[in-house]
Amino acid sequence: MKLPKLKRKTVNEAALSFTFTRRAMVLGGLQAGIGAMLIGRMAWISVAENEKYNLLSESNRVNLTLIPPRRGWILDRNGRPLANNRTDFRVDLIPERVTDPEGTIAKLTKLLTLTPEDGERIRTELEKSAGFRPVQVAEKLTYDQFAAVSVRLPDLPGVAPSQGFSRYYPTGATVGHLLGYVGAASAKDYEERKDPLLITPGFKVGKEGLEKWFDLQLTGKPGAKRVEVTARGKIVRELTTRPDAPGNPITLTIDGGLQDYAGRRLGAESGSCIVLDCLTGEILCMASMPAYDPNNFSDGISHDEWNMLSSDERHPLINKSLNALYPPGSTFKPMVAMALQSAGINPKERVHCPGGYRLGNRFFRCLGRHGSVDMHRAIAKSCNTYFYTMGNRVGIDVIAQMGHAMGFGEKFDLPVTSQSYGTMPDTAWKMRRYDQKWTASDTLNASIGQGYVVVNPLQLAVMAGRIASGRNIQPRLVKGRYPEAPFMPFPKEHFDTVRAGMWEVVNGDGTAGRSRLDVPGIQMGGKTGTAQVRKIAGSQRGQSGEWKYRDHGLFVCFAPTSNPRYAASVVIEHGMGGSRAAAPVAKDVLTYLFDPAKAMERLTELEKGWGGPPAERMARQMAAYRLAKAIEKGKAPPPATSAPTEATNSAAASNAAIPPPANPAAEIEASPPAHRRPEGGR
Amino acid sequence: MSIVPEPLTQFPWRVLAILVAIAGFGTLVLYSAATGSLTPWALNQGVRFVIFSGMALVLSLIPLETFARLAFPAYVVVLGALIIVEFIGGVAGGSQRWINLGFMQLQPSEFMKPVIVLAVARFYALLPVGEIRRWSAIWPALVLIGVPWALVLIQPDLGTATMIAAGGVTVMFLAGLPLRLFVGSGLTLAAIIPIAFSFLHDYQKNRVLIFLDPESDPLGAGYHISQSKIAIGSGGIWGKGFLKGTQSHLDYLPEGHTDFVFATMAEEWGLMGGVFLIGAFLLLFRWGIGVSLHAHDKYARLVAAGLTTTIFFYVAINLMMVMGLAPVVGIPLPFMSYGGSSMLTVMLCIGIIMAIERSIRRNGQRRGNWG
Repeated sequence: MKLPKLKRKTVNEAALSFTFTRRAMVLGGLQAGIGAMLIGRMAWISVAENEKYNLLSESNRVNLTLIPPRRGWILDRNGRPLANNRTDFRVDLIPERVTDPEGTIAKLTKLLTLTPEDGERIRTELEKSAGFRPVQVAEKLTYDQFAAVSVRLPDLPGVAPSQGFSRYYPTGATVGHLLGYVGAASAKDYEERKDPLLITPGFKVGKEGLEKWFDLQLTGKPGAKRVEVTARGKIVRELTTRPDAPGNPITLTIDGGLQDYAGRRLGAESGSCIVLDCLTGEILCMASMPAYDPNNFSDGISHDEWNMLSSDERHPLINKSLNALYPPGSTFKPMVAMALQSAGINPKERVHCPGGYRLGNRFFRCLGRHGSVDMHRAIAKSCNTYFYTMGNRVGIDVIAQMGHAMGFGEKFDLPVTSQSYGTMPDTAWKMRRYDQKWTASDTLNASIGQGYVVVNPLQLAVMAGRIASGRNIQPRLVKGRYPEAPFMPFPKEHFDTVRAGMWEVVNGDGTAGRSRLDVPGIQMGGKTGTAQVRKIAGSQRGQSGEWKYRDHGLFVCFAPTSNPRYAASVVIEHGMGGSRAAAPVAKDVLTYLFDPAKAMERLTELEKGWGGPPAERMARQMAAYRLAKAIEKGKAPPPATSAPTEATNSAAASNAAIPPPANPAAEIEASPPAHRRPEGGR
Repeated sequence: MSIVPEPLTQFPWRVLAILVAIAGFGTLVLYSAATGSLTPWALNQGVRFVIFSGMALVLSLIPLETFARLAFPAYVVVLGALIIVEFIGGVAGGSQRWINLGFMQLQPSEFMKPVIVLAVARFYALLPVGEIRRWSAIWPALVLIGVPWALVLIQPDLGTATMIAAGGVTVMFLAGLPLRLFVGSGLTLAAIIPIAFSFLHDYQKNRVLIFLDPESDPLGAGYHISQSKIAIGSGGIWGKGFLKGTQSHLDYLPEGHTDFVFATMAEEWGLMGGVFLIGAFLLLFRWGIGVSLHAHDKYARLVAAGLTTTIFFYVAINLMMVMGLAPVVGIPLPFMSYGGSSMLTVMLCIGIIMAIERSIRRNGQRRGNWG
């Protein structure tokens, strides 16, 4: 077959040779051209884009590991640390890199002498973890343990030993509720902040209390460790390391010594002790016991310990100073006395106390038969009849107004994550809350700090402080330059009357005569309170029976009476009486302010009787709990729910007597059954 | 007659110097790629180079007539091997390329690269001059090229198939076929590329797509190109220094001793190393084209230029791939990439071109056509 078109030109050997030469040269030229183009391309990449690729090559080669910054210290008013950091060696597991979890945990258990409980915790955390988040194996290791793990790293994929700092609270549990604790950031924290620091092993965020509130301020700037790594993540060598910048310290108004003392002095009791500077409102101590040891929390708490804490009926996880609400009982009366005077009641006016007050067909009982009492004596003897009579005369709204002025039902501007502000009831409140009219018996109950009234211990302390100084103090936690608070808009004589009554309570013929201060020249004024927890059934006056049904003991006070400087409130849950349980604590705590040595002497003596300082007692409690758990597991098959409470109670005085069932017909005084009421929350 | 004895002047010093320069540099790069160790690559490669150079020198002694006569038989043998591979070949990297002979793995498609040049050149040498503008000058060549091309393509090995086609077509071009045929089919090819694309294997499609936008998948299939460009780009003008490349030593650069050896080199030697290497290759091509221009015989001319272009395709495709200008097709860089097959093939080409050079000297006066 021929191609007709192509036949036009005659083709011979010479022509073909010429064509070849020409085309071969074209080919050669093309090759040279492509060569030049390749050189040009290479020059473009390596010269023009050199910087970009250099950066990419560096980011390949260099792996940046964040070094968690040291957390800022929390200092007391004298610059003593309440929370600091200490060096520790730790070992973590990176879940996604662990190939054989069981084998690894077994090896680590042997190397680090972990308890079976730790193994359990690591296993559950490993299951729950998102893969990127490291799981702590152990903290506070000795150098030998640390080294033992480090040298075996090639056999332990996913194990990451590191050296870092951990939060340390020198006084342990006594600052627990005040400062809160720190812990590893949760997945939710990370999603919110997207800061890679949060998933760095060993980095902790504030979880509760001041640690949480001031978290960003306390968090410093992370350092960075630069290491050269291969594509497979093997570390070749370490490069330069940038040190971390510690977080800012925070100075509190707290007196560290007093805080610790108050916490220890509360002892085995469940309660709160708050001391304020009644001129400026600075909080000198705010102790709530029993409490968790925040040191244990920053390590990552064990499952058993958590169970023990959350099942304890003394609620070691609740900050009783701010988040527990109590009926104030008679500690309410100084405020009511102020209210009565503001309504024009003459403090000299006398009321006869025959042992109670009759309202219609109901009889509201007093604690005794006080005969004829004026306001001074009514405060000193805590005469209910006087306050029933006068309260009923002025009405609840006058009392409520004064109550709010003294801080009840109020939320304070404090750097705390949660504050329960309770209830200062009035007619409008009851209508709103229950859609019922306020009754005279409601007023009577409120006049003696029962009924609908619930307050938190801080409010009690603020009331004591405002009455003591006559100033409208606001509680403060962070040290700053605070001017003396302005005076309250009430006549000085009104305050004087109430203060004189409170002086009488302690130093005269009053309810707290046994708790006079032992410090020469210093006297304390106060007011006891006993608040019922449940309706009173027959002879059961909340003075015996099962612990959780006993009356609360409360006490508010100030000192010195000559020129008030400090105000305090003490609440002892189920302490059965203010004078019996709360006033002695207040006495010792105030003594510490004036004569620390003497106060410490007394505490040492008391602690001997209780079984040592709180740390020792808590350790014993934990051991008892573990033992109970072990017995329960080893001996009997389930049900496995009953044992914990019994075990935790072993340290406390448990009473075998079972209270008789409540009989509504026998009631003579109305009182809400529980001390923590939902409507008062937040 | 000069004072230098004839065997010495006959000895192809110039081309050997170029080869030693390239291969020596390649061995140095492989030494570095193994983080400063002769094993497992540098020593092997060096020994191989010496052996294959000897083989090339032996080939250069063989009269050109022998190559001409063996062109078609060799073509038939290699084609047969390609067909066998189709049925019993080993699978490597998703394609069927190898015959396991027990003592070595044979990759017949590799041999097809020079053999297609020999065969097509032989065909045009045999073709009477007057026939060159007829259909009969075209279709046999197309069949010669098309059959092995299709066999290699379905292995599938896009890179080698492309090289076989390019080598054959280059010879057709040099043989003097009308230019418009090439222009016309070039345009046609451009039109059918999108259709052909749809017939590619998924992994091939991916490679093409990722070549067009390597950053779209920097951790997957685009990883090769991205890391290669990072290696070249971070080398700068002077490089990071011998044994100081991080991309290769820390394993970020995949295939740093085989297909992407140029990137390994460029990271440590920079643009200067690249210019040196490309320059050396250009000198080699110039030598090859020069030989073809001086050859008196039609077959010799076509073979010399065709084989030179085959080597050129190796270099060009590999470098374009490494620099992100072509998809990753698995074409090694001659004398630099670790591996015996490619070096053997290239040395075959060199040996044959040297034989042609020798024949030029020997038969300087005589003009002939061995067809």
